[in-house]
Amino acid sequence: MHEEPAIVVDHITRKFGTFTAVNDVSFNVKRGEIFGFLGPNGSGKSTLIRVLCGLLAPTSGAGKLNGLNVVDDIETIRQTIGYMAQGFTLYDDLTAKENITFYGMVYGLFRNRLKDRTDAVVDLVGIEDYMDRQAGALSGGWKRRLALACALLHEPTIIFLDEPTAGIDPVARRELWDLLFELADQDVTLFVTTHYMDEAERCTRVGYIYMSNLIALGTPSELKQIPEVRPPGTRRFEVDAQDITRVHGIFKRWEPVRDSTIFGATVHALVEETLDAEGIRKQLRTNGIEARLVREIEPTLEDVFVTLTRYHEARDEERMVS
Amino acid sequence: MFRGFRAIIYKEFIHMRRDPITIFVALVIPLIQLIIFGYAVDMDVKNIPTVICDQDRTAESRALPSSFENTGYFHVLYEVENPDDVYSRLRSGEAKIGIIIPPGFGDDRFASTPTQAQVLIDGSDITVANQALNIANAIGLRVSLTERARQIGVENPDEQMPLEILPRLLFNPTMKSANFMVPGLIGVLLWIVTVFLTAVAIVREREKGTIEQLFVTPLAKLAFIVGKLMPFAILGMIESAVVLLASRYFFGIPINGSVILLAFLIVPYLLTGLMVGLVISTIATNQAQALQFSAMTMLPSVILSGFMFPRASMPFIIYVLSFFVPLTHFLEIVRGIILRGAMWADLWDETLILVGFFSFFLTVAVKRFKKQLG
Ligand SMILES: Nc1ncnc2c1ncn2[C@@H]1O[C@H](COP(=O)(O)OP(=O)(O)OP(=O)(O)O)[C@@H](O)[C@H]1O
Ligand SMILES: [Mg+2]
Repeated sequence: MHEEPAIVVDHITRKFGTFTAVNDVSFNVKRGEIFGFLGPNGSGKSTLIRVLCGLLAPTSGAGKLNGLNVVDDIETIRQTIGYMAQGFTLYDDLTAKENITFYGMVYGLFRNRLKDRTDAVVDLVGIEDYMDRQAGALSGGWKRRLALACALLHEPTIIFLDEPTAGIDPVARRELWDLLFELADQDVTLFVTTHYMDEAERCTRVGYIYMSNLIALGTPSELKQIPEVRPPGTRRFEVDAQDITRVHGIFKRWEPVRDSTIFGATVHALVEETLDAEGIRKQLRTNGIEARLVREIEPTLEDVFVTLTRYHEARDEERMVS
Repeated sequence: MFRGFRAIIYKEFIHMRRDPITIFVALVIPLIQLIIFGYAVDMDVKNIPTVICDQDRTAESRALPSSFENTGYFHVLYEVENPDDVYSRLRSGEAKIGIIIPPGFGDDRFASTPTQAQVLIDGSDITVANQALNIANAIGLRVSLTERARQIGVENPDEQMPLEILPRLLFNPTMKSANFMVPGLIGVLLWIVTVFLTAVAIVREREKGTIEQLFVTPLAKLAFIVGKLMPFAILGMIESAVVLLASRYFFGIPINGSVILLAFLIVPYLLTGLMVGLVISTIATNQAQALQFSAMTMLPSVILSGFMFPRASMPFIIYVLSFFVPLTHFLEIVRGIILRGAMWADLWDETLILVGFFSFFLTVAVKRFKKQLG
């Protein structure tokens, strides 16, 4: 029983009319894991979470939480899961405190128990000073923290967080992740979607969904080893220079470079094994660019996802043509 | 079954306190409507503006307009020389009735030869036209009869008519249309509070996403529904009381039947409205749609129920359709109790029909309402 995964996703498909938002997705999440669920906008992340929370019925396939089926046993499941939606879904006109009290009552907490749990979650997310403010008047970060407080009230063993850190400042982001680790330590299972790569790196395991299909699954280090990301006979370089866009342009037209992507202030290039740092510097110099830095790197998770996305895009195009 | 009910009530109570607009809509708008229907839409025809063209100018010709004015229904506003001016007054709407007395009228009357006076009626206002026509005919008849009676030697012919009909209007003795409209208004206003407010309140939660958070909790479906509807049920009852008080003390409409019976019989109608609102909330995806759908139920309620137009004069097919409008049956109840002093024995059938409507919409709502999105 203890070995049973906290979350089982078993060939789940969800359609909206003829459109398939989640296509035959399967994976497991173990108890106490922080599972990072990534993918471009509209790839089906929120939809899968909603299916697992019983908010949408799966078109086919099955989901299990703590061994219970998300369709048949949903009412039993509800007491044990927490959900923090992508948007703000608490009541704007209720104060933070009233929102917490309301959700406490919904979860069957009253009197002393309600007070204890309120104190606990308020302390956990650090929202004491804002308790009497109407939720609608809180800033984005405090709204998220309040939502998290409400989702934690009933001590769920599985928590779904849909982009919990979207639009909040770096300090708040770090604090929130510290909180998530704390929860995972207490054997709470966390299912988190995010667009931030540094957050993905911190997850126990990561799934990547693209156009409704799960195309990668594993620990961050496992993902960096997959063949599509490291084609045999290639190396990966990071290049820093004054004019990044031009470097990128040159790479695009240069034979030995298989792939080039701009990452903030640097360019990541996948090149033929035969090429070395000096070769790259020389090529740039002939184009009148002095590189500040050229070094070989391991692929980052972002490299992984960008490569996988390109790879599948190309495959889809081929399929369209044929 | 009712898990989380207390929580919903707690929250709804705060909503109401923070958003007095709902209460405003529920209590002030009815009063405005009450005044519109009670005063402005006065369908009683009194003091119809009248224009006279007396081309005869004799004692007899002057007696005729007086007998019109004495009825209380006509008010002579203009006296003109030329029959053409009568037309222009009617055309411009300044007068609704024109009386033209031709030259020689007095001589003819004196000589007791048959004579005529012309009464022109503006037919564009049917209510006014009908009433004017009836009264004008009645005056003609009465004057002729008295005249004939006097000729055959009856003294005081006015008091010795061979047959006098003694009409007595029961239940609405003063023939005020407010008496007819205002009780019906309770039905219309209740429909607004229940259907509109319920549909919008639930769809708002859907639109804002708050329902998404709520539906992942163990909250019971029934607790949500009942908790959400309860405030509107209470508002509906308060509103009915306000309208009833206003109609009693403002318009002086006596309540002939039992207020307690009325309070009980409002319930099935109120519940029907709440269920219709709930059904709409499961169909509409946003508040604008919810308003539209609610408005769509409003039209048949007002037009078909007999609120404004008597059902008896409806074409057969419309009459049949009107049976399927809940307000039709509630109007029977509310007018019955207030105006006719009707009792349970007179109203149980209408009540049963409303209970039927409620059960039907309840079934549909429960079937359609799921703790899910989309
Ligand atoms: N109720 C719905 N009806 C129809 N289409 C829907 C519905 N919900 C989602 N979709 C569609 O399904 C697709 C996946 O949506 P979803 O919200 O799961 O994406 P996501 O991965 O969470 O994206 P984001 O990163 O922008 O939050 C989108 O194309 C969306 O338009
Ligand atoms: Mg999403």
